[in-house]
Amino acid sequence: MDNIFKIAKSEMLNADTFLLTIESERIAKKARPGQIVHVKCGNGTEVYLRRPISICSVDREKGTFDLAIQIRGKGTKILSNMKPGDEIDIIGPLGQGFSLYPKHRKIIVVGGGIGIFPLLQLLKDHPADNKKAILGFRNRSLVILENEFRQSCDGLFIATDDGSYGEKGFVTDILKKEVEKELPDMVFLCGPIVMMKAGVELLKKYNVPCEVSMEQRMGCGIGACLTCVCKVKKGDDWEYTQVCKRGPVFSGDEVIFD
Amino acid sequence: MNSNISLEVNVAGIKLKNPVIAASGCFGFGREYSRYFDLNRLGGIAVKGLTREPRKGNPPPRIAETPAGILNSVGLQNPGVQAFIEKEIPFLRGFDTAIIANASGNTIEDYEYMVKTLSDADIDGIELNLSCPNVKEGCMSFGSTANGVFEVVSRVKKKAGKPLIVKLTPNVTDITEIARAAEAAGADAVSLINTLLGMAIDAKTRRPILGNVTGGLSGPAVKPVALRMVWQVSKAVNIPIIGMGGISNGTDAVEFLLAGASAVMMGTAGFVNPMAWVETIEGLENYMAENKVKSVTELIGGLIV
Repeated sequence: MDNIFKIAKSEMLNADTFLLTIESERIAKKARPGQIVHVKCGNGTEVYLRRPISICSVDREKGTFDLAIQIRGKGTKILSNMKPGDEIDIIGPLGQGFSLYPKHRKIIVVGGGIGIFPLLQLLKDHPADNKKAILGFRNRSLVILENEFRQSCDGLFIATDDGSYGEKGFVTDILKKEVEKELPDMVFLCGPIVMMKAGVELLKKYNVPCEVSMEQRMGCGIGACLTCVCKVKKGDDWEYTQVCKRGPVFSGDEVIFD
Repeated sequence: MNSNISLEVNVAGIKLKNPVIAASGCFGFGREYSRYFDLNRLGGIAVKGLTREPRKGNPPPRIAETPAGILNSVGLQNPGVQAFIEKEIPFLRGFDTAIIANASGNTIEDYEYMVKTLSDADIDGIELNLSCPNVKEGCMSFGSTANGVFEVVSRVKKKAGKPLIVKLTPNVTDITEIARAAEAAGADAVSLINTLLGMAIDAKTRRPILGNVTGGLSGPAVKPVALRMVWQVSKAVNIPIIGMGGISNGTDAVEFLLAGASAVMMGTAGFVNPMAWVETIEGLENYMAENKVKSVTELIGGLIV
């Protein structure tokens, strides 16, 4: 198993989020936007499980990939203390990424908080002529990767809950305005469930297809343990399916948001 | 591998090339892990718990991390026994490893149906799940009393055309009493332990972490409890024991064999390390070579007290 890699760089993006650059030609080459990696954080006692983390961007020439990680608990805290040269145990890339169809000429990506990360490589890789990004944060101090996103799209919109930066309000308000201006061929959403749910419902009214990236507490990361499930339609019925294997990216009309 | 040592064991008529079996519920039907290692390496595979009809399982979150372990509340999500027979057995039979079908039900009739159906299928043994802590009916409600176990096992034994392994719950006052009831009712072997009932709470939100509120604890945290129970049961019954609970490496496996297990199952360790089963088999071989143990059977019940 090819799962031990070297950390090339670690830098803080804001008070609680950092970017890890990891050397792996295989993952850099193989990873598709929206896919995840399963990262071992500790020695297995205090932090037993791996942590599923979306790939933020890849550098296929240098053979590195970036993970943007918010310190949320013990596992991510351990990762934040890792230094360049340290070895890290990573399984991946895993799961299904976003659909990049050449016929989609106009796309919009919509991200909320740490949900923005997998959208960066999506913008870089998508063949569309017109790519817009709508990113939402709680406040100004949490706005990150703004330049990277600006350079990777044709129009960047930022919303903050308190109006301390960009527009005051929700990303879905901006999405509505943009969709009414000109219908996109496809929209990609990643962020809090309420945001994705509102986005999917809005886009349904305009008949615009979309994809969402789901998150759930995860075990094995490869589809065997059936713990990281979300609810999806199955004919007239529904079923729980693995976020790690059939997701994390799902078609917007497939997921049932309870 | 050292050709002078033998890892072969025979558990109630099920021939295993080595004593390491993938534990039910942790390994699906083998497809996912077959991308990480050669399933031919395994002594056997106990497949995901099966029921008469497909089951959706419990609402998420279904997993919570705890010190040196996890809680799960999957709730027997599975495609049903017919789908297993039609779609999964042909895949699994492509490998030289024993197939153990794990069977659950709500009622004794369900268990009878499952055992009869699986006895006609191309598998090597049936593991009767009388111990899942995450479903309302059946399972642990039968498995937590000696009378319940005796009743189910004696009824299904009449339908069984394959070796019958009864999987025991640790959530009882005296597991030896339960094991004796299984033996008296005709079980060919017992496997233990299923998960320990537990819960996890998020102090910040003041809510349970699991969608089902409670779940089953597994991983290294439960190993001492599992070892103790295997040892106690080995003194109480004459049928073979398959031991499990927190096994992560060869040394852990050796400890279970010494406590009286004829084979071991492991699952949770694979969530962190997909190579855990293979590394355990290699660790067992190394232990045997270093300690001049020719046959793994020499270790079974070899505890010096």
